[in-house]
Amino acid sequence: MSGFLLNRLSQSIVLLVIVSIIGFTVLNLMPGGPLAQFGLDPGMTQKDVERLATQLGLNRPLWIQYLDWAWRLLQGDWGHSFRDGSSVLAVIGRHLLATLLLMGTSTALAIAVGTWIGIRGATHRYSLFDYCATIGAMVALSVPTFWFGLIGIYIFTLKLGWVPAGNMYTIGDGSVLDYLHHLILPSLVLSLVHVAIWSRYMRTATLDALSQDFVKTARAKGVSERRILLKHVVGNALLPMITLAGMQLPSILTGALVTETVFTWPGMGRLFLDSLGYSDYPVVMGLLIFSAILVVLGNLIADIVIATVDPRIRLG
Amino acid sequence: MTAIVVHAAPVRWWRSRAVNRFMRHHLALVGIAMITLLVLACAIGPHALPYDSLHIDLRARFAPPLTGQHYFGTDPLGRDLAVRLLMAGRVSLLVGFSAMLLSTLIGTLVGVTAGYRGGWVGAALMRMVDGFLSYPSIFLVLALAATLRPSPVMITVIIAVTSWMETARIVEAEVRSLREREFVQAARMVGLRRGHIMFREVLPNAVGPIIVAASLAVARAILLEAYISFLGYGIQPPLPSWGNMLNGAQQYLASAPWLAIIPGAAITIAVTSFNFIGDGLRDALDVRNDHI
Repeated sequence: MSGFLLNRLSQSIVLLVIVSIIGFTVLNLMPGGPLAQFGLDPGMTQKDVERLATQLGLNRPLWIQYLDWAWRLLQGDWGHSFRDGSSVLAVIGRHLLATLLLMGTSTALAIAVGTWIGIRGATHRYSLFDYCATIGAMVALSVPTFWFGLIGIYIFTLKLGWVPAGNMYTIGDGSVLDYLHHLILPSLVLSLVHVAIWSRYMRTATLDALSQDFVKTARAKGVSERRILLKHVVGNALLPMITLAGMQLPSILTGALVTETVFTWPGMGRLFLDSLGYSDYPVVMGLLIFSAILVVLGNLIADIVIATVDPRIRLG
Repeated sequence: MTAIVVHAAPVRWWRSRAVNRFMRHHLALVGIAMITLLVLACAIGPHALPYDSLHIDLRARFAPPLTGQHYFGTDPLGRDLAVRLLMAGRVSLLVGFSAMLLSTLIGTLVGVTAGYRGGWVGAALMRMVDGFLSYPSIFLVLALAATLRPSPVMITVIIAVTSWMETARIVEAEVRSLREREFVQAARMVGLRRGHIMFREVLPNAVGPIIVAASLAVARAILLEAYISFLGYGIQPPLPSWGNMLNGAQQYLASAPWLAIIPGAAITIAVTSFNFIGDGLRDALDVRNDHI
């Protein structure tokens, strides 16, 4: 296990280095580059900016600048927001929870519904249900998330009046029920694509598990189909889904950004767009790197979890 | 003795097994039909409709669908929605298609190089692929689109630069498995140049997976363009695209829901069609069976 862990950990570190190089490149493409935060200050002339560039060492070779920048990232110095001067990490921290809440709820929803559809599709292969699920998944993968959100608001808020159109809570209320009430529609919208992906993979994984020898053995022993499914198949089929959950992280984050925009949800995606609107590049840059780190860590955790559960992975 | 003359029937591509299988894939045919209709409508429609896509008529603001000759109604400036939808389709489909071509080109180049060279170069290239895949695509695309000048060409390039990785992965795996096959060894033995072997001998054998990836890449690119244009960082008005037509639609959702419903439906139809086609191609070319 420790060998596997070490191996996997070093892979993640290499990946983080590459991620940071890509981020650094994007940073240097931005107008004004790393100095953008001073370019907007009316009290600073072009000469001041140039002097600052020399002071901060921006005329040094790029690779030294990169090392310097990466070192500061590691120390937690991610720069300061243009808007209120607070540190970028603190700003991200204030918005992290809302996003995690939205992502967590919709992932749980997607897993529950997707798993059910997938298993049913596999046990009733080529049935009408399976056929509809296949086509439905392909259509669901093609619906733009924001449009689905708009349609959801139109039907469930404007026509039926069941749920609020946006925000995370009603000002002055803030009870758990109120939070849940606001959470329903955005998490439903965000989960659609993932229900589709999850159900397709789950169907394949279940079919795979159903064709294994231990299922034949269990049938030969006279174990009931229901028990085979619950005890032998579902567990095995769910294993690879842990990896899938890790792999889906970037797309969940993408979906969260769009969903948060439509539902004015105060999370990281909304913060990203607001910061873009204000040309608040330190926060934009911070969120960009932060989201990638989140993805790398998520995949690492998924791999460790699956190695803990399944000895074949770490030994094999 | 009768001489048996065997006429070797020339293999026509439209009689091949792959085409045969594709033609039996109903969803793929539906996809082809829908895309053909959509492209024809976008090409011919604007000439057939009595309005210009930029013609503002403030007396006809917010006309609901089927008002007079405004089949899909009008927008807040009184512009005809049907004609704008079709003009937007030209832009969105063109951006999606061009982005696919460019990303397939990049992905193929990287994949073939990484797969054939292997070793240090291959490992470095594939780690770069992993690095790009770690970024949620919309964050990267938005950051780039907001900082660079958002012309249609630039949007296309940005989408391509952030979505070539899947193709690279598929091509790399395919080329790596082909690298030590006899025909490649033979080519090496004859003394062919490496570039020639990579692109003339090995690459043609990996065309199937590339085509499948490309058809799905169009779907992805159209969606991505819609996302960033909806958020205001993609195609800029007055040039319409399906995404930016939806940009202001949310505020009129109660009074003019067709502004939101119609362009979104167009996006969904186009993307679904390409996904159907991709699915059919995957079955026909038998790339992998574990498709989602």
